[in-house]
Amino acid sequence: MSAFNAIGEEREIDRDEFTPGVEPQPTWCPGCGDFGVLKSLKQALPEVGKTPEEVLTVTGIGCSGKLNSYLDTYGFHTIHGRSLPVARAAKLANTDLEVIAAGGDGDGYGIGGNHFIHTARENHDMTYIVFNNEIFGLTKGQTSPTSPKGHKSKTQPSGSAKTPLRPLSLSLTAGASYVARTAAVNPNQAKEIIAEAIEHDGFAHVDFLTQCPTWNKDARQYVPYIDIQESDDYDHDVTDRREAAEMMHETEDVLNEGTVLTGRYYVDEDRPSYQEEKSAVGELPEQPLAERYFDEDAEWERSYDLLERHT
Amino acid sequence: MSDELIWRIAGGSGDGIDSTSQNFAKALMRSGLDVFTHRHYPSRIRGGHTYVEIRAADHEVQSRGDGYNFLLSLGDSFARNPQEEAYYGNEEIKPLSENLDDLREGGIIVYDEGLVSEEDVEAIDLEARAEENDWHVFPMDLRGLAREHGREVMRNTAGVGVTAALLDMDLEHIEDLMSDAMGGDVLEANLEILHEAYDTVNEEYEFEHELRAPEGSHETEQALLSGSNAIAYGAIDAGCRFIAGYPMTPWTDVFTILAQNFPDMGGVSEQVEDEIAAAALALGASHAGAKAMSGSSGGGFALMSEPLGLAEMTETPLVLVESMRAGPSTGMPTKPEQGDLEFVLYTSQGDSSRVVFAPSSIEEAYEQTRLAFEIAWDYQLPAIVIYDQKLSGENKNVDVEFFDRQPKPDLGSTLTEDELAEAAHDASGKFKRFNYEDAENNVAPRSLPGQKDGRYLATGNEHSPVGHISEDPDNRVAQMTRRIEKLDSIREELDEERDSNQTYYGDETADYGIITWGSSHGAVNEAVERLNENGHSVKGVSVSDMMPFPEAEMTEFLESVDEAMVVEMNATAQFRGLIQKELGRYGEKMTSLLKYNGNPFEPAEIVEGYEVNVADEDRQPTAQVRIEPAAGD
Repeated sequence: MSAFNAIGEEREIDRDEFTPGVEPQPTWCPGCGDFGVLKSLKQALPEVGKTPEEVLTVTGIGCSGKLNSYLDTYGFHTIHGRSLPVARAAKLANTDLEVIAAGGDGDGYGIGGNHFIHTARENHDMTYIVFNNEIFGLTKGQTSPTSPKGHKSKTQPSGSAKTPLRPLSLSLTAGASYVARTAAVNPNQAKEIIAEAIEHDGFAHVDFLTQCPTWNKDARQYVPYIDIQESDDYDHDVTDRREAAEMMHETEDVLNEGTVLTGRYYVDEDRPSYQEEKSAVGELPEQPLAERYFDEDAEWERSYDLLERHT
Repeated sequence: MSDELIWRIAGGSGDGIDSTSQNFAKALMRSGLDVFTHRHYPSRIRGGHTYVEIRAADHEVQSRGDGYNFLLSLGDSFARNPQEEAYYGNEEIKPLSENLDDLREGGIIVYDEGLVSEEDVEAIDLEARAEENDWHVFPMDLRGLAREHGREVMRNTAGVGVTAALLDMDLEHIEDLMSDAMGGDVLEANLEILHEAYDTVNEEYEFEHELRAPEGSHETEQALLSGSNAIAYGAIDAGCRFIAGYPMTPWTDVFTILAQNFPDMGGVSEQVEDEIAAAALALGASHAGAKAMSGSSGGGFALMSEPLGLAEMTETPLVLVESMRAGPSTGMPTKPEQGDLEFVLYTSQGDSSRVVFAPSSIEEAYEQTRLAFEIAWDYQLPAIVIYDQKLSGENKNVDVEFFDRQPKPDLGSTLTEDELAEAAHDASGKFKRFNYEDAENNVAPRSLPGQKDGRYLATGNEHSPVGHISEDPDNRVAQMTRRIEKLDSIREELDEERDSNQTYYGDETADYGIITWGSSHGAVNEAVERLNENGHSVKGVSVSDMMPFPEAEMTEFLESVDEAMVVEMNATAQFRGLIQKELGRYGEKMTSLLKYNGNPFEPAEIVEGYEVNVADEDRQPTAQVRIEPAAGD
């Protein structure tokens, strides 16, 4: 018998199961794009057959960090920028878990930027959703790594002199095997993209445009979007790295000028996930590590056996 | 036969000094002696003066001892820099010239004529100094001998052969070890060189020196291992199967040992982008149900303060090891110091609580690493094992039977699904993970992601019993108090249910006490023995529990003496400060003996410290140690 019976349970799952019954109510501002992420996750998880107890959501700090307070799964609300290292280790320790990490643009692309690059590079089998509203929300409106050049805020009063980060190009270059952008104002596509990302076997990075009605009224994220997959003008082969890169290049240049392209940018189904690579070189046990601690028949090698080389 | 041999092999970094000494130490151990090694090396890969000391005796040895009595100087083959203007210049003579100050009277010097010039030897006045100190000097062309029968690098083997001949040792154990380590032509050449060197000495020299290898015997099988080995094996036997790290001297040793062994043991090892990630990975793995650890040295540990605090707040078990080297900042990467104590105790924001053990010997390193895992998983908080470059790298023989324990993969206060079904849940069906109401020993049992009926939120913010962010004042006080008071429960368990982690020695009735911690223990222990043999009355204690502090034991010790000297390797008397903080008094009783020049204490320095402090206060200690008087003195 498994020690983790909630994993792989096959039954009809209602999306209400993912809503905490008692408290707390979301403290996001009215009109906040973060509601869109919450909703798309609640829709996507039952669709892909996940039970609340087999999902671990790991968040960072900021408005986005509160996601798992309002989503009834196992949750780990970590600290600024550190959701990814926590999440990928949870997956390594129990490869049967469905691990979803989430963070904001400040949290994930700023303070957690180093972890972002390396998690993408290693192609860990997990989903990473970045709430990108181009602003620090919870700390009250400072310029973020994705804020447009010239953006004025209390900490950059003369307008930011920095070119915004290009998150899609960055994760593609670093090695993510699934890169997509969607938007809270586009709920149907968002649900589909999130479901695909969860089912993808590798590092799935979703840049989720979430409007901030309080601190970033100028952001252009809620202009009408164009779905790449549905547009004849923007057809490209999503499995082709170069074409994807080119598309990202164009899009990320004009994001703040009124055109928003969303959809799947890059999907590589062939690249093995880090877990598969690590198994292949014999550095990841077949049985999930966490299971072993409940397995009465497990053999625990002792250091005593290693002592021979010291005698 | 002599009482003890302290053999120093000196040469250039990268010349195989370390591996040669490891094998020679093992040969001495196999011949029935107790051995203790001390390693001195620069932060360079190749070239630069390095030495290893092996102390061997027919009785237990706990420190490097004072000085040494046999120098095998091999020369530094990497010293000759092709660019003449190189900043470090010609260092070939250094393994000889730099090592003469500590060589005892009547000692032996063997140096490689093949690597140093006559002028260089003349320039250091070797002949006159040898005469003055009654040294027995044997210039040998070790390089030439190695070249003749094999390759130049094998001059280490020639040196060992010469050593064995001069000390009248049997070659059997040395040959066995060589056969284990190599084969074919390489083995043959080495054996030839060994014998040639051995015979040359016996045929060509008449010995006047008295030094011989001591003789001894062991009743049980012995293993020669380092503090890093002991910590790694302690972790393995505690059921640890997940390690994440970033390389940094001296912590890298533990990391490497586990990384090399985990694949065969079903464990997972990850080298990651930085130390924040390393500790966060260990935390994530622990959260998901693995016994996990990470570690670093001072500078890397600094980065771990965030995940450390998160582990405290989310009550996630975690073991971190901190291997101290001289600071501040990157300090002296390959030199020991006990300067990170306060940093490790108080790092991270808020009223944070963690367990800190400071093992003082190879045996304690093993035991206390196991204990750290046990306490961390029972009480759901981080436990830190703090040690230093000295304990990390020194090798000592330990009775093999000492390690013959059963592994302990027990996950402590973690519930099974059956237990979870019976546990308290709130109205929404969430598990009351942080239930302060029925907490026994202040511990609220936990669940693991993937278990049925165990859903909760772990958060670094203050939280309600099911884990939701909460700023409710009553909940805050209840949760905070419970977390902090875990330390009281742990102290109680350590005092009542276990043997003390503190080590006592010397004359129980003495009214002068010497207090130390960590790796300084061996030298202090030996100094106390020596003082008592010389008619003084002294007792000592080596403290391992840094947090929670052993208040009762230390109060009793300090009450029983009129005066005490606290011995530690740092400049600011951090451990003395901890005692005063924890006990709230005794400042007037405690003098500090401090050393922070990058080298560990030798027993004689502590004996001298005692003499200066007690008998002869006008005298100054040597320039290498400092006395910090007691308050009011």
